[in-house]
Amino acid sequence: MDVFVDAIRQAIQLLLSGDPYLWQIVSRSLQVSGLAVLLGLLAGIPLGTWLGLARFPGRGIAVALVNTGLALPPVVVGLFVYVTLSRQGPLGSLGWLYTPSAMVSAQFVLAAPYVAAITLAAVQSVPPDLRLQARALGASRWQALLLHLREARLSLMAAVAAGFGAVISEVGAVIMVGGNVHGETRVITTAIVLETRRGQFATAMALGLILLAIAFTANAFITRVQQAQPRRRRPLAS
Amino acid sequence: MDVPPESRIEALLRGEGLLRTYEGRRVVDVDWIEVRTGEVLALLGPNGAGKSTLMRLLAALEPADAGRVLYRGREARRSDPEFRRAAVAVLQKSYLWRGTVVQNLEFGLKVRRVSAQVRRERVRGVLEALQITHLTEAPVDTLSGGEAQRVALARAMALEPEILFLDEPTADLDVTVRRGWLADLERIVRHAAPAIVLITHDPGEAFALADRVVVIEEGRIVQEGAPPDIFEAPATEFVASFTGAEFMLDGEVTETREATLIVRLDSGQALEAAGRAEVGGRVRVAYRPEDVIIGLPSSSTTSARNRFTGRVARLHPQGGLVRTRLEIDGLSLEVLITRHALEELGLAVGVPVVAQMKATALHVFPV
Repeated sequence: MDVFVDAIRQAIQLLLSGDPYLWQIVSRSLQVSGLAVLLGLLAGIPLGTWLGLARFPGRGIAVALVNTGLALPPVVVGLFVYVTLSRQGPLGSLGWLYTPSAMVSAQFVLAAPYVAAITLAAVQSVPPDLRLQARALGASRWQALLLHLREARLSLMAAVAAGFGAVISEVGAVIMVGGNVHGETRVITTAIVLETRRGQFATAMALGLILLAIAFTANAFITRVQQAQPRRRRPLAS
Repeated sequence: MDVPPESRIEALLRGEGLLRTYEGRRVVDVDWIEVRTGEVLALLGPNGAGKSTLMRLLAALEPADAGRVLYRGREARRSDPEFRRAAVAVLQKSYLWRGTVVQNLEFGLKVRRVSAQVRRERVRGVLEALQITHLTEAPVDTLSGGEAQRVALARAMALEPEILFLDEPTADLDVTVRRGWLADLERIVRHAAPAIVLITHDPGEAFALADRVVVIEEGRIVQEGAPPDIFEAPATEFVASFTGAEFMLDGEVTETREATLIVRLDSGQALEAAGRAEVGGRVRVAYRPEDVIIGLPSSSTTSARNRFTGRVARLHPQGGLVRTRLEIDGLSLEVLITRHALEELGLAVGVPVVAQMKATALHVFPV
């Protein structure tokens, strides 16, 4: 038990001391995961909106595929991205392997399905007649669609948080494609693995506390949004 | 100089050969329908008759499988900005967007790029007209059902449309809220737009608010006319039944006179009714319970052509009225009387009474 207490005490001292090694890792983590989520939003929101609103043959399969994306094993994603970016892979010429770009790519593949699946559920929770009512008041198709998304915005914000939560805490994919290079591709999760192996429990624990704080913030946001859902709009009828 | 009503009226919107099919079922099959400037037109029919779908076709909110809608002689399309501005609809289950009442009211004005000053003036104007200025900054999720209906109408009225479609504006409201809202609608509706298309399943609402009523049954127009015409001369059994008529037994025409005919009911009684039918033809006779006059056997004779003696079989209070069933030698008649009349006549189950009906109060339909 003393090991834990000592490690936590040292971790807090490290955090308060503003250790550059520690904050460089945190900064890189936020950069990589932030960019991956941003790209995931750019791809996932249009995809989820389209799947949520369009009707076409094979839609059920497409929805199932997106939902399957929620359970993608990070290691498998890492493997596919590794092969894709390796010298012999289709995108090997980019020279991204063991760079932050490779890590962003892998985390994008993990984040996009989360964003798409939550967006899909969010747009479907808004009654389709709402768009028709907007059209009946003179809105164009785009204006009606934007209104629809605006009505689903709380759930869409949950998509952001869920996507971020999914990638910030994963280790399998980033360690495979990033290589955990000091000062380059070392992020919180890969550093925790390394520092634990090296017996530097205080550093690992400090990084763990930061990761927990980030994950807690993201999940607290999701919970707040979910709690707000029952107070959504009400129909006109009494 | 007064202009005759007919020459003041022109067709603003016209549907021709409109057909809409869902899963093989013809939901709308209308050869011809017009919406005219200056009128309140009611599309009246039971739930599932296709009137909301017809409204969506006329408002170009949904494509027809066949036929076309013309606005001022030009094909009406939602992609046409002029038609979008002219034709506005309040859907039956329309929703208010998140935010405040004023934000909702400004939505359509913003998509029309109306200036902020004009927006403020329009919003204030409609809120005053609908007497809901106190709700201006209210979040929509704090509104009652009746308030929300008013806001939905205000949101459409603020756009000053040329044609306003109102899909079941009183549906789903409880009785007291509905009564007040209907009274307000009577006051407001003529100022809401130059032409109003009201969709309703309630004949009372249609007759109270509309200048012209189109009755729809299974996607087809079965009768069209002014409310008194529909009420007093229903064209089909469906219209008669839907607008509140009760049916007597079937019978056979035994004689025709100048403007009336004599029907021998299967229960044995002879009736004189206004209408035309072949002698020997089978017919069904309908009447409205409120058109039957009842009195005690000692009552003096009236001008009514039909007079039957029977007994009270049942008394059933219905709001301020009492629905009374009379048994007349195998024939049952439903009659609506006031509580005052009930007390004055001393009616109770088993009391002998005389029922009288004018020939013009009976509607005869060939079977």
